[in-house]
Amino acid sequence: MARVIQGKTIIEGVAKGIALASSEPVSFWGGYDQVTGEIIDRRHPLSGQIAAGRMLVLPYTRGSSTSTAILLESVRAGVAPAGLVTDRADVFLALASVVAAEMYETGFPMVAIDRTSFDSIQTGDTVEIDAMGRVLVG
Amino acid sequence: MECKQQRGTLISELSPYDLALLAGEEGPAAQMAMRILNRMLPVFGVDRFMDISAAHIDSTVYMGVATMEYAERLASLGAKVRVPSTLNVSGVDEHGWQEWKVPAEVAGNAIRQMKAYEAMGFIPTWTCAPYQTDHAPVFGQQIAAGESNVIGYYNSVIGARTERYPDLLDICAAITGRVPAAGLHLDEGRAGTALLRLKGVPRALQEDDAFYPVLGHLLGRKASDGIPVVQGMEVIPNVDQLKAVCAGGASAGAIALFHLIGITPEAPTLEAAFMGKQPQTTMDIGMPELREAYRELSTSQGEKLNMVVLGSPHFSITEFKALALLVEGRKCNADVEFLVTCSRAVKMIAEHVGLLKPIEAFGARITVDTCPLTSPMLPERIKHLMTNSAKYAYYSPGLLNVDVTYGRLSDCVESAVQGHIQREEGLWLA
Repeated sequence: MARVIQGKTIIEGVAKGIALASSEPVSFWGGYDQVTGEIIDRRHPLSGQIAAGRMLVLPYTRGSSTSTAILLESVRAGVAPAGLVTDRADVFLALASVVAAEMYETGFPMVAIDRTSFDSIQTGDTVEIDAMGRVLVG
Repeated sequence: MECKQQRGTLISELSPYDLALLAGEEGPAAQMAMRILNRMLPVFGVDRFMDISAAHIDSTVYMGVATMEYAERLASLGAKVRVPSTLNVSGVDEHGWQEWKVPAEVAGNAIRQMKAYEAMGFIPTWTCAPYQTDHAPVFGQQIAAGESNVIGYYNSVIGARTERYPDLLDICAAITGRVPAAGLHLDEGRAGTALLRLKGVPRALQEDDAFYPVLGHLLGRKASDGIPVVQGMEVIPNVDQLKAVCAGGASAGAIALFHLIGITPEAPTLEAAFMGKQPQTTMDIGMPELREAYRELSTSQGEKLNMVVLGSPHFSITEFKALALLVEGRKCNADVEFLVTCSRAVKMIAEHVGLLKPIEAFGARITVDTCPLTSPMLPERIKHLMTNSAKYAYYSPGLLNVDVTYGRLSDCVESAVQGHIQREEGLWLA
């Protein structure tokens, strides 16, 4: 049975997919391949995983200001994550979806949840963001 | 008259100016910029905007067709900056890219993107060290800066005030002159969160250039996205050393502001740095922690070396002087590339005061406007890199698919001469 976590909607929308989860923040610049959707930060636990179309569960973005641009490029190239679950309102990630909506009439939903719930989501879980800002973990 | 717009539980209060922008009264570019800012306002967790009086734009970095299309969309809508705004690095050295392996298509797009930003009325500084140009902000000034090291430097070293602005949003702030009234713009957002007490760190190490990138890396690791306060510094670092702390802290972590007690402007005392509050965490930093951070900056223990790269953030005139003294009369090994990245302005000054001559005679090359992390310029054969920059060290393995070795400036020069990596590590082992 799915667990239901009430989150805070950062970017509206719905998405469903297999989770790629880590408690370690990632810098998309130098950490995400905008052509393949691979996580390429060789110091990150998810290094080598393909995040395109997955539900990416990360606390926040680290480091460079360029993370937003990388995520926008990956949206345009069709290799962005399907949705993002974070433990805080990450401006860098949210902006990529806002600008993607402005430029390309597309984007991805994003929900922030409490830390305990965040830690409970594992790579491989089926995760859904619904229109009520809830995160369903199956 | 103010407008309240309800969004979830947050009610935004927009000024007449904000509303005029949203209504398109200042043209379609300002309207688009304000529309994006307005959608981001609740993500910042606040309900109003405030004025800025300068900006530094990191959206200039060419990452692909989307960043170019974004710049050209704004420019084609007639965007003009409302506050004096400097430009960060671009995707190519506009007049020198042909000397490297930059694909012509990338260069063409990156230059199109540069022209789009120049058309909006920016000051074309093309540098990630704008604080070492004529356009640095002043203490207390409210600004919108992109580029993580610049954010760290403006906040920490100068005491100007900027949030961590992502690429694509900094430009919206420059066009509108408005930012969410949040975080580091406000007094209460600037108090320290974590106390790091230096214990048993020899003065000789603190006097060494190699200490500061490592300290920055450690701040990023230990304080993550908080505001670290460092107690126990025995020496006053120079501005190049402070910029190295900023770059390290913003690469390994998301440090937008740090305080060095007795050194940085908002931290005359421990109480001032924490604004009278208690630190959320306190930790001691000694040689074991510093050694670990030092080791983390290298991904290779081998001796192989293909290239030395210096200048992230962009080299300053004082760094050029230090390099010129080290390379005078020496010769870089024929198998080793030696690259220094800097701004056009600093290169011009270095040339005029005679510092470039010994550096070029040594065999080094200079790239302006950009760097290897933001420009696809390196030849395929480059697999083993050496640098004195925590930022180059942090990002090169992922972005450039190379091994990296971190060492101080003199280690980099010595290694380049010998053709293999050589480091004087006595201070770290002591």
